[in-house]
Amino acid sequence: MTEQRLMLGNEALAYGLLKSGCQMAIAYPGTPSSEILSSFVSLKKEMDIPVHAQWAVNEKVAFETAYAGAQAGLRTAVAMKQVGLNVAADPLMSAVYLGVKGGFIVISADDPGPHSSQTEQDSRLMALMAKMPVLDPDSPVQAGEMAGLAYELSETFEIPVMVRPTTRVCHSRQSLDLPGIRFEPREAAFEKNPARWAATPKFRLKLHKDLEEKLAGIAEYEPTAPVLVAGDPARSGKAIVVSGVAAANARDVVKDMGLDIPVFQVIQPYPLHTKFIEKMEAYKQILILEETTGVLEMQFRDRSRVQGKESGYVSRTGELLPEDIEDLISRFSGKEYTRPQLPDIPGRRPTLCAGCPHRASFFAIKKAAPKGIYTSDIGCYTLGMNLGAVDTVLCMGAGISQAAGFTLAYANNKKKPPVVSTIGDSTFFHSGIPALVETVVRKIPFVLVILDNRTTAMTGHQPTPASGFDASGEPGASVSIEKIVEGCGVGFCKEGNPNDLPRFISLLKEALAFCKEKGPAVVISRYPCLLNMDRAALKETYTKVRVDPDSCDGCGYCVNHFECPALSLDPEGERVILDPGLCSGCGVCSFVCPKGSLVREEQEDV
Amino acid sequence: MSNNQQIIISGLGGQGVLFITKLLAGAAMAGNYRVMTSETHGMAQRGGNVISYLKIGDFSGPLIRPGKADGLIALKEESFHHHSYFLKPRGVGVVNSPAMPEAPGFQVYSGDAESLALEAGSPQSVNVVMLGFFTAAMEKRTDIISMDCLAEVIQEKFRGKEKITTGILDLLESGYRLYKKGRS
Repeated sequence: MTEQRLMLGNEALAYGLLKSGCQMAIAYPGTPSSEILSSFVSLKKEMDIPVHAQWAVNEKVAFETAYAGAQAGLRTAVAMKQVGLNVAADPLMSAVYLGVKGGFIVISADDPGPHSSQTEQDSRLMALMAKMPVLDPDSPVQAGEMAGLAYELSETFEIPVMVRPTTRVCHSRQSLDLPGIRFEPREAAFEKNPARWAATPKFRLKLHKDLEEKLAGIAEYEPTAPVLVAGDPARSGKAIVVSGVAAANARDVVKDMGLDIPVFQVIQPYPLHTKFIEKMEAYKQILILEETTGVLEMQFRDRSRVQGKESGYVSRTGELLPEDIEDLISRFSGKEYTRPQLPDIPGRRPTLCAGCPHRASFFAIKKAAPKGIYTSDIGCYTLGMNLGAVDTVLCMGAGISQAAGFTLAYANNKKKPPVVSTIGDSTFFHSGIPALVETVVRKIPFVLVILDNRTTAMTGHQPTPASGFDASGEPGASVSIEKIVEGCGVGFCKEGNPNDLPRFISLLKEALAFCKEKGPAVVISRYPCLLNMDRAALKETYTKVRVDPDSCDGCGYCVNHFECPALSLDPEGERVILDPGLCSGCGVCSFVCPKGSLVREEQEDV
Repeated sequence: MSNNQQIIISGLGGQGVLFITKLLAGAAMAGNYRVMTSETHGMAQRGGNVISYLKIGDFSGPLIRPGKADGLIALKEESFHHHSYFLKPRGVGVVNSPAMPEAPGFQVYSGDAESLALEAGSPQSVNVVMLGFFTAAMEKRTDIISMDCLAEVIQEKFRGKEKITTGILDLLESGYRLYKKGRS
């Protein structure tokens, strides 16, 4: 029986993969892609389909593992966010030359805006560079259908295929039909062919030539050809070309405006279909709406007719909101449009949760090395910048290499600031280890604080290699962070509980003293993410704190330097208020107040 | 009454914006309407401004254009000021606030959902109270959303968990009555 379900774009993608016979799905979490694999797991469990799902240590490992499955003839997929594709760029470029036997889908989720990313990069440009076809879904429904289309394309041309959803596809929900799945597994059958699978440079040239032929064929491939979605194609003069979520928004706008300008939706932005490029020569003016770079636009032969991202008609930065699209289409069709005035109210900045152990770690770092340079990394703890304890964030794993870079840069300065680097447990596994090895070799005097909250918190609590269970919740081996650190040759590796603030500050000072003479020191700040703790454990550790009205003078130290959401100044600014609804009972603030006005109730009992 | 409805749900990360968006979407789906939503994930969920878009009926794109929303649920007064520009002229805004925010051109109703949730011993349930409040405010404008269909969705979602179901339904009802009380 067919069931209707409200599905997230990422769930629809996962369903599409399962329905199309994907037997291995591997991912590294990253917004907006994270729910693809978790949905794949829950759907496979619900439908009892015995396929492999895995959170890999990073995107490169995820890619290579899933790719091998496709070399062995299975249908497989790898999922990540756009900056994750940078990490997997090395295998990507090569895999496109070698091609596949079974269908192989590379899902790279883009984040125009950006809402939760370092860049607005367009993964379709990576596809263009790698010379692989890419499909651009406009909605959860289309994303779900695209998996099957991508596998057909992939197997017809023996080539990896990219599916590039954006945030508004990944994190939209749509009601869609959910027919049952008949699972017909393939058996792995790897055919040895070293001239292809282990090709030397000489053979790579041939593979490159083959790839060009494949691309020419893909640009003629009918199932992924652009489609007319609105208007009258015979109407001469103007045409609109759309792709991705801009296509969905444009359809609404054109309908509301009652336009009959033809609107063509491109399903496969690269390679753009040859016949379509020819057909578009019939129009004198073409508006192209796409996110985030002008990938369609670049492939038009006569760019003088085209208005888009590259021509400057459409903003090159930010998301294409539906009001932007209404504005652009109005202008293009010669209609009036008044942009609504939006209020200019500063928004709330995101902040670490009340009771987050990272807050305690950051406060301790500032106390132990007040004049330090603080390099950090990607995760919830990036929010340590609110506390003034994060000076740099570049990309996954960079905080450790940057710590090395800063100490080297200051080598000839008389005053050398202490350098303290922070990295989360999952990010450490992802790409921190090679950087740490390098600091050992160079005897870099810095302290690395590994914020081990036992999970990948920001993206929704995926397991790390230390968790001891896999994507499906099945038990697995647990990798020890201590042993890795020691194995790298670090001479100082100690664990501490950041919520035991005074002791944790002493531990950091000890590490700082060590590193001056002997090279990198590692402190593992270990306390579970509160969002991941069960209620019983939380209750057990609950420490009630109250504000002592006699000694609190409203100096605001705790509010400004500890920045816990549960603490605020009263409207008169005379006293601090502790919001019992928000307080998690971590008790750390009792160590923070310089006047001792945040009192632990247990202290009073004594 | 219109069968196309565009609704904004706005609050802060952690207030349960997503939860009530899904309940509303479920209620519309039970009535065989096509539904699209769009939501905030990732870093903004950590206490930042969070917004959900809910579109019921014949739409392709997931976002709502400024000046087009039929309704707005604001879980904080600041959320209303942030996102009231989405409302169409005479659109319905409901605000969790003991005071009435100024908003010329819209039909705005406020109620102190915080106190009700606190009284019920569930301070984190402002979202459900405001959903009941909103349902009452929309009653005469659309029949897509009703207390009955919301109750069905909640019962289905928490099937086998009697205590949770009753708790949520009571909160929903208290919000509904809060609106009625303010206008009787």
